[in-house]
Amino acid sequence: VRRFFLPLIAVLALAAAACGSDEEATTTTPAGGTETAAADACAKDQLNLVSDGQLTIGADNPSFPPWFQDAEGAPWDPTGPPTDQGYEAAVTAGVAEQLGFSPDEVRWVVVPFNNSYKPGPKDFDFYVNQVSYKPARDEAVDFSDSYYDVEQAVVALKDSEFAGATSLADLQGAKLGAQVGTTSYDAIVNVVQPDQEPAVFDRNIDAITALKNGQIDGLVVDFPTSLYVTAVQVPKGTIVGRLPAGEEYLGFVFEDGNPLRDCVNEALAALHEDGTIEQLQDEWINASAPPVLE
Amino acid sequence: LRASGVSGRRSTLIALLSTVVFGAVVVLIVASSPGWPEVKRLFFSGDVFADSLEVIPEAFLVNVKIFLVAEALILPCGLLIAVLRSLPGPAFFPLRAFAVVYADLFRGIPTILVIYLLGFGVPALGLSGVPIDPLFWGVVALVLVYSAYVSEVYRAGIESVHPSQAAAARSLGLSHAKALRFVVLPQAVRRVIPPLLNDFIGLQKDTALVGLLGVVEAFRQSTIDSSATFNFTPYLVTALLFVALTIPLTRLTDWLILRDRRRQMALAPR
Repeated sequence: VRRFFLPLIAVLALAAAACGSDEEATTTTPAGGTETAAADACAKDQLNLVSDGQLTIGADNPSFPPWFQDAEGAPWDPTGPPTDQGYEAAVTAGVAEQLGFSPDEVRWVVVPFNNSYKPGPKDFDFYVNQVSYKPARDEAVDFSDSYYDVEQAVVALKDSEFAGATSLADLQGAKLGAQVGTTSYDAIVNVVQPDQEPAVFDRNIDAITALKNGQIDGLVVDFPTSLYVTAVQVPKGTIVGRLPAGEEYLGFVFEDGNPLRDCVNEALAALHEDGTIEQLQDEWINASAPPVLE
Repeated sequence: LRASGVSGRRSTLIALLSTVVFGAVVVLIVASSPGWPEVKRLFFSGDVFADSLEVIPEAFLVNVKIFLVAEALILPCGLLIAVLRSLPGPAFFPLRAFAVVYADLFRGIPTILVIYLLGFGVPALGLSGVPIDPLFWGVVALVLVYSAYVSEVYRAGIESVHPSQAAAARSLGLSHAKALRFVVLPQAVRRVIPPLLNDFIGLQKDTALVGLLGVVEAFRQSTIDSSATFNFTPYLVTALLFVALTIPLTRLTDWLILRDRRRQMALAPR
């Protein structure tokens, strides 16, 4: 029970703090006028919503920790009870709060990941499931600003000779693997630049199997995923280190041209400004963060 | 078929003309379609084509390596299975049964599943001394699947040799093994060379499935390039490489079939 309420309390406290700093900002900055005008367009009854008075948010089923989890810390099923556990759940709750929605005015719908960024009308207001901004995707849908800048991480088996690597140079001789078409693969080729050609897989689960089998020495995935990989999928695995952040970021996905995006961006900006985002990242993602390899 | 003289030249002219007209119509329809500029950009980009040519041929060597090694193992394995299946007498029933079950099983399971199960499954057993190299298991999977196909080809060849041939050999005092080795198989194998080459071409294309295990071969390399550029031209490069290899083999097969038919019809080769 305690685990369930702690983040909730944290979010509420921070939201309260955010209101406080907002007040200060309006009294001290001359830009207050435009802020009020924008706030009007983003008033709750002015928002462009799929169903009135309700925020409809899409996520995949199941959605994995540390992004979403249920009260037991297991992957979360959006068709079940709602959750505010996990980084994306907490940020979404913060955004909903900023837009003026109470938790019971938020409805979740299941949307498979690959459908989220396809062109066409949407049955959700926005979609939250670690969708990376990509120019090609941006042509079909609209992305919010970043709510998470993605770092990559190297996972190895604990008994591997590369588990103790402390620098990129230590990884030179490793056979690394990643999923095809990901920034993880780009990070191997551009950042680590190992001597051996990397192994490339269709799906992350194939790469994870290869790691377990010893067919690759190290698996490169985005850092939050590496937490789940080492915690659940490969208990014998360890995060060797993080790789310097690239340009990848996660954003909420909107139907192309949806004006709601600007309002969500404002909400995100507020959450960035008052430190909520940073605090939630520390809480959900960075708690046991390994060093960045140079 | 060859024709001679004036009528020959006339048919050549007509064939040429109809090909040109047909080609022109196809080009016109494709080029005037509303989506053509987009298709041209996505599938026929000159820049991407040039970039792909620098990396994909190198990855294609992996495919060549795989099918050369695999084919060298498939030919004897397939023959062995076919011979096992043709063994006479009740004592050899277990071997015959094995050959039948083997061929049924590995012709029935999709190749992609065999590769997946062996490539990820066997190394997961963690047995010491058992290789974990994905390339190794990819080749093993292809050998298992194609040996089953090839064994059926051999069997068809063996059964096409008239029983009187074997009977005559046995009556001369040759053992079953010797009759098979010196009388039946030489005739059988010669007859099935064209379908064997056909399976060899199929094998070449299926080497792309080994990429599933993380091996960077031509198709996997083109997937990497394609997802980096949001362009499908790398796939075109890979397709052309495969075609460049299979077309000479297809022509060779055609020629072998033609030569065989002429021989059987007792026509002198020209």
